[in-house]
Amino acid sequence: MPLFRRGPSRPPNDQPPQPEAPAPETAPTPGASPEPEVRWAWGADWSPDKADAARREHERAQLEHGLEKSRTGFAARLRSAFGAGGDADWDEIEETLITGDVGATLAMDLVERARRRREVEPAEAVRDELALLLAPRDAEHWEPVPAVEGGPAIVLVVGVNGTGKTTTIGKLAARERANGRRVVLAAADTFRAAAIDQLRIWAQRTDSEIVAHAPNADPAAVVFDALDAAVARHADLVIADTAGRLHTKSNLMDELAKVRRVIDKRLPGAWVETFFVLDATTGQNGLAQAKAFHGAVGLTGVVLTKLDSTAKGGIVFAIEKELGVPVRFVGVGEQADDLVPFDPQAFVAALFE
Amino acid sequence: MFDSLSDRLRHTLGNLTGRGRVSEADVDAAMREVRLALLEADVNFRVVKDFVSRVRERAVGADILESLTAGQQVVKIVNEELTALLSAGDRTFHLVGSPAVVALVGLQGSGKTTSAAKLAKQVVKQGRQPMLVAADPYRPAAVDQLETLGRQLGIPVHRAPAGTSAVDIARGGIEAAKRTGRDVVIIDTAGRLTIDDALMEEIREINAALRPVETLLVVDAMTGQEAVTVAQGFAAAVPVTGLLLTKIDGDARGGAALSIGAVTGIPVKFLGTGEKTDALEVFHPDRLAGRILGMGDVVSLVERAQEAFDEKQAVRLEEKVRRNAFTLEDMLDSMRQMQKMGPMGQLMSMIPGMGGMAKDAQAAVDRGDLRRVEAIILSMTPRERRDPSILNASRRRRIAAGSGTTLPDVNRLVKQFAEMQKLMRQLSGGAGRRAAMGQLLGRR
Repeated sequence: MPLFRRGPSRPPNDQPPQPEAPAPETAPTPGASPEPEVRWAWGADWSPDKADAARREHERAQLEHGLEKSRTGFAARLRSAFGAGGDADWDEIEETLITGDVGATLAMDLVERARRRREVEPAEAVRDELALLLAPRDAEHWEPVPAVEGGPAIVLVVGVNGTGKTTTIGKLAARERANGRRVVLAAADTFRAAAIDQLRIWAQRTDSEIVAHAPNADPAAVVFDALDAAVARHADLVIADTAGRLHTKSNLMDELAKVRRVIDKRLPGAWVETFFVLDATTGQNGLAQAKAFHGAVGLTGVVLTKLDSTAKGGIVFAIEKELGVPVRFVGVGEQADDLVPFDPQAFVAALFE
Repeated sequence: MFDSLSDRLRHTLGNLTGRGRVSEADVDAAMREVRLALLEADVNFRVVKDFVSRVRERAVGADILESLTAGQQVVKIVNEELTALLSAGDRTFHLVGSPAVVALVGLQGSGKTTSAAKLAKQVVKQGRQPMLVAADPYRPAAVDQLETLGRQLGIPVHRAPAGTSAVDIARGGIEAAKRTGRDVVIIDTAGRLTIDDALMEEIREINAALRPVETLLVVDAMTGQEAVTVAQGFAAAVPVTGLLLTKIDGDARGGAALSIGAVTGIPVKFLGTGEKTDALEVFHPDRLAGRILGMGDVVSLVERAQEAFDEKQAVRLEEKVRRNAFTLEDMLDSMRQMQKMGPMGQLMSMIPGMGGMAKDAQAAVDRGDLRRVEAIILSMTPRERRDPSILNASRRRRIAAGSGTTLPDVNRLVKQFAEMQKLMRQLSGGAGRRAAMGQLLGRR
């Protein structure tokens, strides 16, 4: 259960925007006009338990569905490698891990350690060793909880180009809207053509508010204004989109660090998560990416996208091992509800089923 | 580009070269390193196996064990095998048909829309008149993205009302091109997974309806072991004629390019080397193999220089250097020309032996060092630019204020310029070229 929740007794629409706050750009409603500028689907019929139960059920089905595709092939080959009597073909296990993008060095290391554990069968030893690499986390209960009274929680979303940041934000907004939170999206990807339009469509779909500037504006300024707007309107959560950037471009990484600093400046002590969005098809370069972004903004979570493909996403083992940053969510499709919490046990187990 | 892989191989093979005589055990040790380096570069597992066994066979088999230049021979073998791997297929970009139809396909987020715009720009350079077709009806704002890029480039973009199927959008694009006399049609399709049957059927239909002369598979250079599966999936649905490898300007080692070529025989045709619309390069396997091995890529550098440099100006500059009349104005000119050639880091990595400096140079550019220098020079009077010796404290303060920099920045530039002039005297005398080069590039 969320710890912080505003009662329906204070619908935000009743509060006119405060004069010192910048007028946020609102998601345009087709054919609409003097309607309230901000529409929050925040009705009396909403029940957290109902929403929660329905969501969990859906998540389970989605995870099963997404992993099913990853599982076939990878798992089948692992099974055949393990054989029946435990007299495993270790080379083949190593090969299977490498083809799952776990990485050659880590795969060899894992096999070496699993081999030394004679008391358990190979399948279990490898499974254990993989699970040990994953940082401990409370998988089921990720909640954006504002730490500053009157201020929103903030999720800053970063990553290289084309990993699915904007789509992930749309899904996250949908999830948190379903949880009854009032969400403001900050369109701080001011570089990619039409990125703002893409986010605006997600704002409409999820009935969230959006704060956007003109293309090529300073992303830090966009985030600053979004925080102002969120405070003025008593929003619960601000999700900031940022432009995809290669982790090797130091000027762009500096720009990102500035965005992060601006958050601390505007809302000191706020609850801030920095999500690194990683494409599951990414190979060994994923670790270099994660390191660079971690260095620039301090990552608190990974979102592994496109796991509904044939890719295994094995690079997350190295990322968790090296940086201790947990995978929080996995993306398993293009629909608004295709974002499910990452459960390490289930993830590892599912690979071997 | 490919920094780390070339570093690894150079390190491994450097050991071999250093010793001269190589035993079979040495070859084994080197091959273990090569295998690891290639796997870490995301080269497909099966391709690595093949590659290593081919190189080992040639290295151990030949007279190499008796030879004094064994190390060099191994380098040569690895180089040849890499080039062979990268050379798969016909790399010509065919633009035949009226209009010539080019389709871009690939996974979500591989960079199709940006690549479509880059390709269109390249096609314009060849004197053709392209039209872009936004056949991605699914991703929110994908059409707007292509339209924005088209507007920036002055290239028409065909779009259709919401609800139109991708096939109909593509057909409409061809008709629009015929109507308006455009002779190349570049179709941007939606990103799709190879296991998504409905969407794979859609590109099959587009292919059947339009018969594109080129169907390019857009692949992210950071792709892992899945690259081959993905390429095979697309190739099974439509006749893929080439690869367009994107995001190669990062530090991904790009093993995907080697793997796909080796397994499917699909040739790499283009490299996406940056976010700007002109950051698209034609792919040259021999150059790339050389670059992987740290041999530099002088040919590309010279080509870029020829494209960017104004010959008359270059002659004038050379003349000035010789007469010792090189001024701050000339320095500004040459800096600007240099920037026209492309990102500094890329240029440096093409110069043999300077790959290691590429990152520093690029970082200097990214930090805005060059722009600061430009601002300082532009804040000087013409007389000051021609004769920096008149720069007294008061003038320097004025320049710092005018350029938004600090007094130490101005002082540093003036000092560097003085050193540069000294170096040029040496250069024109033919002495100390190597040291001079290092200092010219800002190493203090």
